[in-house]
Amino acid sequence: MSEMLTYGFMQRALLAALLVGILCSTISFFVVLKRLSFLGAGISHTALGGIALGLVTGADPVLTGSVFAVGTAMSTGYISRIGKISEDTVIGIFYASGMALGIALISSFKGYYPELFALLFGNILSVSGRDLLYMGLALAGILVFVVLFFKELLAICFDEEMAEAGGLPVGPLYMGLLAAMGLTVIASIQLVGVVLVAALIVTPGATAYRLSSNYRSMLVLSLAVGIAGSFGGLFVSYYYPVPPGAAIVLVLAVIFAAAMALRPLLNK
Amino acid sequence: MGELIEAEGLGVNLGGRTVLEGITFSVRAGQLTGIIGPNGAGKTTFLRAILGLVKIREGRLNVLGVPSSRLMEVRQKIGYMPQRQSFEKSFPLSASDVVAVGLLSPATLLRKIANKDRRIRAALQSVGMGEYASRPFKDLSGGEQQRILLARSLVRQPDLLLLDEPNAGLDFPAQQSFVELLHKLKLEKGLTILLVSHDLVSVASAADQLACIDRTMHVHGRPADVLVSPYLKDAYRCQYDFLSTLDKERCGH
Repeated sequence: MSEMLTYGFMQRALLAALLVGILCSTISFFVVLKRLSFLGAGISHTALGGIALGLVTGADPVLTGSVFAVGTAMSTGYISRIGKISEDTVIGIFYASGMALGIALISSFKGYYPELFALLFGNILSVSGRDLLYMGLALAGILVFVVLFFKELLAICFDEEMAEAGGLPVGPLYMGLLAAMGLTVIASIQLVGVVLVAALIVTPGATAYRLSSNYRSMLVLSLAVGIAGSFGGLFVSYYYPVPPGAAIVLVLAVIFAAAMALRPLLNK
Repeated sequence: MGELIEAEGLGVNLGGRTVLEGITFSVRAGQLTGIIGPNGAGKTTFLRAILGLVKIREGRLNVLGVPSSRLMEVRQKIGYMPQRQSFEKSFPLSASDVVAVGLLSPATLLRKIANKDRRIRAALQSVGMGEYASRPFKDLSGGEQQRILLARSLVRQPDLLLLDEPNAGLDFPAQQSFVELLHKLKLEKGLTILLVSHDLVSVASAADQLACIDRTMHVHGRPADVLVSPYLKDAYRCQYDFLSTLDKERCGH
């Protein structure tokens, strides 16, 4: 293990795993409570359209992907509210459209995009100082938002109608939460890629929900699961020939399965 | 204060459809008023209009002495209990966490809530649930959950309490017990209560006045008068003898 820490790329990878672990498990807490899991999966797949746009135009794919992810998240929330359509229906349309745009752009423009494979399936070992800066900024911004409005966000997740009746600015806060989801997805793509990122923003919260009877322990457990899954997956991929993204998601799945098995024992 | 709610020719449209029209109605301070009517009659919309959550198309609505355009000024004095299906029942909150949600308002944004624990304790005690503060909300029975949600509506010490189908899904003893609790709160705290319900038996026996809405106000007045009114039969589109199902003495007949 000490040998692993001597490599610069592994040090950056561990730092990235820590940042993304904290970021995803914080958002995961709200994603599970507000039942936004499908929205999370949809945002990540829609981001492919933005990433492809960046690749073929020479713009920064992280920037174009971020704009797409945040735009998709907020548009979904807005359209579902004004059109009285369920969020999963709206994201179902965006999901396929974003993927289709990505495929169409990449197929139409001649060229070789070596970054594409990493963005689809993640490559935490190639994380750069700039990537770490983006992850750190995303984490800082989202933590400030969550800490400042935690009690209001929790109230909206529990009973949106009551929160609205109490005079809380439900619409702006909910849009803020969706934007935070979009940023989290983009910040996590380097770790596990577009295809697997949904697992990172659902599994920590879902595991913690299974084991907790109050929101405080759920939040702490979600953080613990997110960080353990990120580090665990990275260690597995260091010692075994498994890509880090897939290893992280599989470790999270094992932790979730263990929580499912443990829950009945905790009730006794 | 005399009339806490005064509506005159009130009309509300939702999604291009007329949901309420020509509602003229008033509620005096300290009264428990039952709002009845068939499904889709606009009862919930009427409560939401009082809260300022829907736009009024026509007419006039005064709540706690202010017109509908300035309802934000008095919203902190209105307690509201939405229908039970509006929240997730397995949410990981304790009973006191649920009550704390009722303290949130624009004034508490980015601020600590003053005397939070004391106010939560007082609200729980007022509904007879003082011992349940730390119990997980999801582990409580339906009747106990309703009392906790009532405490959430009371925690701001409102002057006016709006309840939307609080008895839905409860068994008969729990319904009776809940309505008796409302009656006690009205007497002890001088609360003015507007109670939307399909349960004519418990509402009519506890209410000072009944109002039947079916898009417009069909009839309102003393429960005994409303229950024998031909307008009630019009609203429900049936010739049922409503009074025969009720305790006539308790309804003042």
